[in-house]
Amino acid sequence: MFGRLSWAAIPFDVPIVMITAATVGTVLAAVLLLVTVKGWWPYLWREWITSVDHKRIGVMYMILGLLMLVRGFADALMMRTQLALAANGAMGYLPPEHYDQIFSAHGTIMIFFVAMPFVIGLMNFALPLQLGVRDVAFPVLNSVSFWLTAAGVLLVNLSLVVGEFSRAGWLAYPPLSELAYSPGVGVDYYLWALQISGMGTLLSGVNLTTTILKLRAPGMGYGRMPVFCWTALASNLLIVAAFPILTATFAMLLLDRYCGFHFFTNELGGNPMMYVNLIWIWGHPEVYILILPAFGVFSEVIATFSGKPLFGYRSMVMATMAICMLSFLVWLHHFFTMGAGADVNGFFGIATMIIAVPTGVKIFNWLFTLYGGKIRFTVPIYWALGFMATFVIGGMTGVMLAIPPADFVLHNSLFLIAHFHNVIIGGVVFGVMAGYTYWFPKAFGFKLNETLGKAVFWCWCIGFYLAFVPLYALGLMGATRRMQHYTDPQWLPLMQVALVGALLIFCGIILTAVQLAVSIRARHRNRDLTGDPWNGRTLEWSTPSPPPAWNFALLPQVARTDAFWAAKHNPEETKRLMAQRNYESLHIPRNNPTGFFVAFFSFILGFALIWRIWWLAVVGLLGLVVVGLMQAWRTDGEVHVSVDEVAAADRPYPLEARAA
Amino acid sequence: MSAAEHLLVASATSVPLSQRGPAPTRVVAGFGFWLFLLSDIVIFGALFAAYSVLSGETAGGPSGVDLFDHKHVFIETLCLLASSVTCGFGTLAVQRAEAASVYFWMAVTFLLGGTFLALELGEFRDMLARGAGPSHSAFLSAFFTLVGTHGLHVTIGLCWLIVMLMQVATLGFRPMVARRFFCFGLFWHALDIVWVGVFTIVYLGAR
Amino acid sequence: MTPIKLGRLSRHASTCALVCLMLASCSEGPLDPQGPVDKAERLILLDATAIMLAVGIPVILLTFCFAWWFRSGNRRAQYRPDWEYSGRIEMIVWSIPALVILFLGGIAWIGSHDLDPPAALKSSAAPVEVQVVSVDWRWIFIYPQQGIASVDRLTVPAGVPIHFRLTSTSVMNSFFIPQLGSQIYTMPGMATQLNLLADHPGTYPGLSAQFSGDGFSDMRFDVVAASAAQFQSWVDATHAAGGVLDRPTFEQLARPSSEHTVRTYGEVTTGLFDSIVAAHVGMTHAAAQE
Repeated sequence: MFGRLSWAAIPFDVPIVMITAATVGTVLAAVLLLVTVKGWWPYLWREWITSVDHKRIGVMYMILGLLMLVRGFADALMMRTQLALAANGAMGYLPPEHYDQIFSAHGTIMIFFVAMPFVIGLMNFALPLQLGVRDVAFPVLNSVSFWLTAAGVLLVNLSLVVGEFSRAGWLAYPPLSELAYSPGVGVDYYLWALQISGMGTLLSGVNLTTTILKLRAPGMGYGRMPVFCWTALASNLLIVAAFPILTATFAMLLLDRYCGFHFFTNELGGNPMMYVNLIWIWGHPEVYILILPAFGVFSEVIATFSGKPLFGYRSMVMATMAICMLSFLVWLHHFFTMGAGADVNGFFGIATMIIAVPTGVKIFNWLFTLYGGKIRFTVPIYWALGFMATFVIGGMTGVMLAIPPADFVLHNSLFLIAHFHNVIIGGVVFGVMAGYTYWFPKAFGFKLNETLGKAVFWCWCIGFYLAFVPLYALGLMGATRRMQHYTDPQWLPLMQVALVGALLIFCGIILTAVQLAVSIRARHRNRDLTGDPWNGRTLEWSTPSPPPAWNFALLPQVARTDAFWAAKHNPEETKRLMAQRNYESLHIPRNNPTGFFVAFFSFILGFALIWRIWWLAVVGLLGLVVVGLMQAWRTDGEVHVSVDEVAAADRPYPLEARAA
Repeated sequence: MSAAEHLLVASATSVPLSQRGPAPTRVVAGFGFWLFLLSDIVIFGALFAAYSVLSGETAGGPSGVDLFDHKHVFIETLCLLASSVTCGFGTLAVQRAEAASVYFWMAVTFLLGGTFLALELGEFRDMLARGAGPSHSAFLSAFFTLVGTHGLHVTIGLCWLIVMLMQVATLGFRPMVARRFFCFGLFWHALDIVWVGVFTIVYLGAR
Repeated sequence: MTPIKLGRLSRHASTCALVCLMLASCSEGPLDPQGPVDKAERLILLDATAIMLAVGIPVILLTFCFAWWFRSGNRRAQYRPDWEYSGRIEMIVWSIPALVILFLGGIAWIGSHDLDPPAALKSSAAPVEVQVVSVDWRWIFIYPQQGIASVDRLTVPAGVPIHFRLTSTSVMNSFFIPQLGSQIYTMPGMATQLNLLADHPGTYPGLSAQFSGDGFSDMRFDVVAASAAQFQSWVDATHAAGGVLDRPTFEQLARPSSEHTVRTYGEVTTGLFDSIVAAHVGMTHAAAQE
């Protein structure tokens, strides 16, 4: 009746899990109670849960990412603590069965449920505004994408209390991830959570690529798009090209586990090396999917706060598209030590280094954007400068690892861990934090507290170096990754410094929450009344903060890059851009519960498949079909907005007043 | 000037396509679906790659040469390719909003697609009966997955076709329905292209 | 907080990094080579680091300098609001990374070939053959020329090249002796190859560098490099001590276990390693939990 599910699935004998579950459960219950008592459900349902507005969906992605950052970081703290204790033959407080789940969960959550939502959230929010249009190409699909990601989040978190999580690392290499060596539900939780959220991500990729290529303001040819839009285009093209490979590979592993197939098994002809190749053919483009939008954020931030256009627009675009294409040619550098031979290793090593060229070009272009500028030291610029220093170091260690014989002694060591955290934290996290601070006033109508923002930056920056420079050293001392304990006493002090670094970063995360609370309290003082709090250059700053659902009362007529900056400094441009205010009535997409229900039934389907409750899986599948059919017959998908409403939202923000 | 007027002026004065503002809904929908189809083809690409790697791993059991019946595959191919032609006629009928033609051509498409599926399921059943099921070797796993995934797409396509015909019956030929038929057509033709790959690499290429 | 303070901070940071690096050289890792393979690899590492730093450090310094000089409060700095392109700078900006990468690419290509794991080492001594099998969670070493085997300890003659053939019975592992150099994956049903050499007698740590399950952290073994005479006497003693490593004994050893007694076998069935590769014997973790 319930497949493999039984009361034994709940780890009553693991205090850490039980306490966490009790705490989270209590908080969740309290929040739900508060919402019910205050009568907020209609508002939440109407304005957020069923919203198809890209701005709302973008915000929800950011909230999801932030919540999962706390979960993923808790895993990190547990790992650091374990390693600071388990020296010289001591076993620490986390037995291997738990430690292995924790590091697997840490990687899976951070990549799929923190970094991806953050990056997709920023792109969702900013792209239509920067492109000068009203929404993304497929608003309902956008909502579906978000809620599918949320369903994946739910499954991963459920694995903590019901069953177990995967112990095979964040990429689940076979044969370890095959049924023979991972007979429990852990790997199944991993696979179904990622298949469901992966579908959401793929649909996002299709949606945003179509938006960038087919929906831009009149006059905005490709050469007049902001660089953030170019990097978003490259990132989403990569999503469309790479995520299907992940889907296919996981499907093959699922067939092995569920139906006794032999794609990657040890018997009857299976080939685990093929999995390693396929997963990294996805895996390497994935890291570029994450970093390219961050690069785009920095391009916007550095140009805006230097008061100059981005240096070398064309070469930035060429470098971006070069990185996009080259990212598919380097995957083998993740397993030089699998023994492919000197020619193959050499080819991929050189290809990896070639990718460093356009990346280096970008760094230089940012450098020369700063040169000759009038730089304002706001929080986003702090993140940008921190990024430039930190990412260069991370890139350098990456080039070192790209030399196969060097990789032979550093592969899978803590040096590797330090390298990829270096580029992901220094690149993606810093970029997300910069974008978050930069676009927050646009989203909510008031600025974040500057002082706390700088404190958050220093916690992350200093904390990062304290946490990961020791790991570089440890890797060079022969320490490998995923150890639950170790014997060399020389490693202990470095592990302890790393723990301090992690705790400092944790302070940064707490301060982010504090900053949000303080800023909300002080929002009336820090209101953005002009829509342009930073003296920005691109079109999003020409809208009110927050913009109305339709973004622009009239679509701007664009004649060059940095169209808004040109308008502010050129009365002719102002006139052209903002024409005669001949407001028209509009149609905007209506709220739609399809996304929420697709995710609901996907979650049911995923849970049922994990626990092999076949009747429940059928229920999930049927639910999806019904929701799909209901959406197919929905004919009232739009809401009419009258001329007066459009004018009222726009009139308080005359462009001429803002240009002053 | 209104947005519509802008567009008219733009096309008239040969403004580059990239600068004419947001594209019409039909173009956006078609392009987005085409992108999605490309991603689907990447899935097939990965399955083709897996098949190529594993095609020799028969674990002492039967290989393609032992199992495949070229006549059978030929008939399947004829059915599927013919169904693409009839789908094409049906699409033209949708553009002309001729309901009777639409029902006729799409019914023929459905029958041809259904015949293809029936033949393929028959082939699978026979292989299973001979002890050549997907769990018997890596080659068989790859074969069943690649060909089976294509068959699954055909099945989904047939269900989609039924839904589309019901939409015509209940909603008529409004733009939303016409757009979806266009996407269906893209999907059905893409399945043909994938099948050409399948019978070339899997069936004709069997050793 | 200003870029000058940032600069001071980065000096503190680089001191920390230097200290860490020095610590690293005094430990039993790749920066403390005890054989020619790791010596060559360490050289590549240090060369690459120096070349990268030659570009990286100026870029980081320039970042802080530009940021500081062009701060909005600095009236002496020239504000150029329309300067967004310079052909000369573009050319330099593309050339510098390209040249660096060209150079490092050459090192990568040559290094990949010179240090390819299956490539034999240049030595006047005839290589000693060792066959390595990784099981869950131990290492088994078979010496086909001597007809002996050992578990969790690898004894080799110093100054003599060792030619390894490696496989696994269950999941992937990675055979790694940091002070001797390159690691190589061990995979079921496959035989990878590696060549290493220990210059001097000594004991060096070895480990698995590819996560293989709950007992992974204990997959450590000692590598004892002995003088030629000592090695021979160890071989003789092992023969004398007896014990046979045949197929059933091996399958017993291959059962998942975290028990780590060093043991030896005075006799090994001929062709045992090849039969293991052919059959990839292994017991599932599920069975072991029963």
